[in-house]
Amino acid sequence: MSDISRDTMLLTTPFHSRVEAMCDLNDWGNWMGYTTPNAYFDVELEYFAVRSTTGVFDLSPMNKYRVTGPDAQRYLDRLITRDVSKIGINRVGYAIWCDDNGQIMDDGTIFRLGEQDYRICSYQRADDWLAWNKLGFDVTIDNESEAVAGLAVQGPTSCTVLTLLGCTDLNQLKPFGIAHYTFEGQPLMVSRTGFTGDLGYEVWVPPETAEALWDQLFELGRDYLIKPIGSYALELARIEAGFLQANVDFMPAEEVVRVGRTRSPFELGLGWLVDFSKPLFNGRSALLKEQANGSRYRFAMLDVEGNKPAEHSFILKGDKQVGTVTSAAWCPTAKANIAYAQIEMPHGAVGDELVAEIYYQRELHWTRLLAPCKVIDAPIFKSPKRWQTPAPPH
Amino acid sequence: MTDYDAVIIGAGHNGLVCASYLAKAGKQVLVVDGRNEPGGCASTREFSPGFNVSDCAQWFSQFDQSIVKDLDLKGAGLRLGKAKATISLQPDSDHLILDGDHITGAGIDAVDQAAYRDFRKMVRSFAKLMTTLYRSRPPKLVEQNWTDRLTLMKLGLRLKLLGRERLRDLMRIVMINIYDVMNEHFTHTALKSTIALEAVTGTNMGPRSPNTVYSYLHRATGEHLGQTGTTQVIGGMGNLGRALASAAEKQGATLKLGAAVTAIVKTNDRVTGVTLASGENISAKVVISSADPTTTFRDLLGYHQMEAGMAKRAEHYRSRSGTAKLHLALSALPTFKGLAEAQLVERLVITPPMDGMEAALNPMKYRELSDLHTFDISIPTVEDPELAPAGQHILTAIVHYVPFSPDIGWETGRPQLTNQLLSELESYAPGIGSLVTASELVVPSDFEASHGMTGGNWHHGELSIDQALMMRPFPGSTQYATAVDGLYLCGAGAHPGGGLQGLPGRNAAKEILKRGALS
Repeated sequence: MSDISRDTMLLTTPFHSRVEAMCDLNDWGNWMGYTTPNAYFDVELEYFAVRSTTGVFDLSPMNKYRVTGPDAQRYLDRLITRDVSKIGINRVGYAIWCDDNGQIMDDGTIFRLGEQDYRICSYQRADDWLAWNKLGFDVTIDNESEAVAGLAVQGPTSCTVLTLLGCTDLNQLKPFGIAHYTFEGQPLMVSRTGFTGDLGYEVWVPPETAEALWDQLFELGRDYLIKPIGSYALELARIEAGFLQANVDFMPAEEVVRVGRTRSPFELGLGWLVDFSKPLFNGRSALLKEQANGSRYRFAMLDVEGNKPAEHSFILKGDKQVGTVTSAAWCPTAKANIAYAQIEMPHGAVGDELVAEIYYQRELHWTRLLAPCKVIDAPIFKSPKRWQTPAPPH
Repeated sequence: MTDYDAVIIGAGHNGLVCASYLAKAGKQVLVVDGRNEPGGCASTREFSPGFNVSDCAQWFSQFDQSIVKDLDLKGAGLRLGKAKATISLQPDSDHLILDGDHITGAGIDAVDQAAYRDFRKMVRSFAKLMTTLYRSRPPKLVEQNWTDRLTLMKLGLRLKLLGRERLRDLMRIVMINIYDVMNEHFTHTALKSTIALEAVTGTNMGPRSPNTVYSYLHRATGEHLGQTGTTQVIGGMGNLGRALASAAEKQGATLKLGAAVTAIVKTNDRVTGVTLASGENISAKVVISSADPTTTFRDLLGYHQMEAGMAKRAEHYRSRSGTAKLHLALSALPTFKGLAEAQLVERLVITPPMDGMEAALNPMKYRELSDLHTFDISIPTVEDPELAPAGQHILTAIVHYVPFSPDIGWETGRPQLTNQLLSELESYAPGIGSLVTASELVVPSDFEASHGMTGGNWHHGELSIDQALMMRPFPGSTQYATAVDGLYLCGAGAHPGGGLQGLPGRNAAKEILKRGALS
């Protein structure tokens, strides 16, 4: 184990000694204040580990908040836009939460661990907002971010590898289910969740057993071609699978200083997460108004002609600029050039034919490309394995 | 089908004014209040056998005349005393007398008089401008509709009519403090502190606190709204409450007293009624609360029934006060040094110089008792002997710089402070202590308990620029509506604020009718 100083400005995760040892490229990024690898050895090979075998991603920097107390469910029901009561015990729900203006603050997952015992896993720090939301509720919020280390173990052989680790009958776990095990005398929790759109799990342990988990996982997974993956490979996988990324595809409402730069759930294609049958949740009245009056933007997934990723492109309808791209990638498995765009209403409906104005350069020679594109109705990468129970053998 | 078109929480003056205007428009209105007498802060109480004191509001000075007329309050029994001069008592007994634009005594010279006339002229022009805003719903600055635009246009015109210099003055002073403004205009120490007293009474501020110019101008609107001068209600302030109650009933509103609201009922996503202490539920198309915003949102509705951002704003709403009242039952009319008996009918004030006022604020801030206070004194029995047994008198004083809850506790603090105040009075009215047959000190926490004013604040929330006009009580709950459908505000916590004005109640009724919320 290498001796890592904790006195640096960027923090390291409980897996850092192992991550560092495997990070052949020594290519690091800053993810929410933590030193995390952009890539370990080769972005595309890492990506293909997720799609063909197993990729392991250290997601310890995610923020984790434990919500307990008699009002825990009512508290969350007011906080998030979907109906929390529909999330059963040992189940996970994808959720978004809004401010009073109906603008998205963050997305995340809600883990229901008991009757009135939940964990919010969020991208952004949310201490302040969660604390204000306590007014009027009998709940306790604990920031467990540093007390819980997490690995995403994603890909077709992930179930097999984790079963070898001791996660008995893991193949029976349904998507968004949670299973509890013991590892090295400590609790180990597995949820069938992830950011890759394929069969995959997230494994949660106390920091003390983090290194042992990593070691055993890679030892047991060697025959199943387990590989560590960095942020760049995950980025490819999530764009292909249709997942939005805070700070990329939308700005968390609390971080925004300029008027009009926030987005509502409807404007991000997340209207399905808004449950108006609930009498109260943050942003409800503003969203009702938006539903009646119309949204400003539409979130569109674009299938772009050609193989040049439409990064930061303007989207045109005829001569008129009607939108901009937030995420774009050439998706290797789907073999498609995908872009996410924010399109001004009324443009961007499914089937709408638009043009991406792409700029790219080769050896300082810039080229402007007008690539026709079409709004598609679903993510381009669809793996049946994602939804199958029992998890299919590889 | 609901029990009523509107149920109004609180039979204070604003609740009753609102009820009257709604009933006048043919609406079925119920007013509920936990107290047994109508009027809220316009109340009279027998604090000692035979001694009836206006136990909360003491002066009638800014009640909007259009309401008096619209609701025929005179016909309903409202009788007022004479317009009073203000006599600022001086240690050397050469008292300063302020009567309209005239000031005399205390070594006032022609220069002071001219400065005072100029100052009054300026204040009048600003107060007139504020009156325009006070008599209408506060305009929103964004998302304007035509009503708001019209108000803003009227305001803009009035601003323009102020002239360049006045406008510059207004913009310059409104955010600063009364201390600096006084020093700009006057050299006379007692004159400065006497005016500054108006700016701090009813607040938790000292003369050097920001927002004191705004609170001063707020009181100055009385000259345009009330046009009565500072005066007393004959029979005690409770008679204003009773006059308002009978006016409301005459218009067809129903009053239910001794029935405290324990909760505002929300069904699905809108407010649908109230629950009373008896357990009875009353349904209505809208609930209009004249309780203060903290009581309304935190205690009656509950933060858990609001969106979080709004709960946070409600929680941040400031409602503190450093103002108490001293009630004395006197066996005879007291003698004040340098005052003729006939002058005891006037409004008497005692205040240290402005630096002393500021110094008196400090102990209050740190939950200690001060050894210096300001007094705003009324001896109502001079003009209205019926309030006390024959030949005996009442003295009531609004006393400033009293902490909400001193660290020593009120059990120890109350007798200590009462003695302190009596000794301060004694130096101006020697022998007054021996006339006292009963005394009562009502501290800010008592006002909270007896009149439901959070923090004991008269204005149902501090009257500062950030909690005023289109931001009163807080953004997202303005123009008498709240962020919760079916719940409206009509009390002093709504624009234009507190003091006995009746405008929040009147404006709220007009706004609710205009929105068609009751049809």
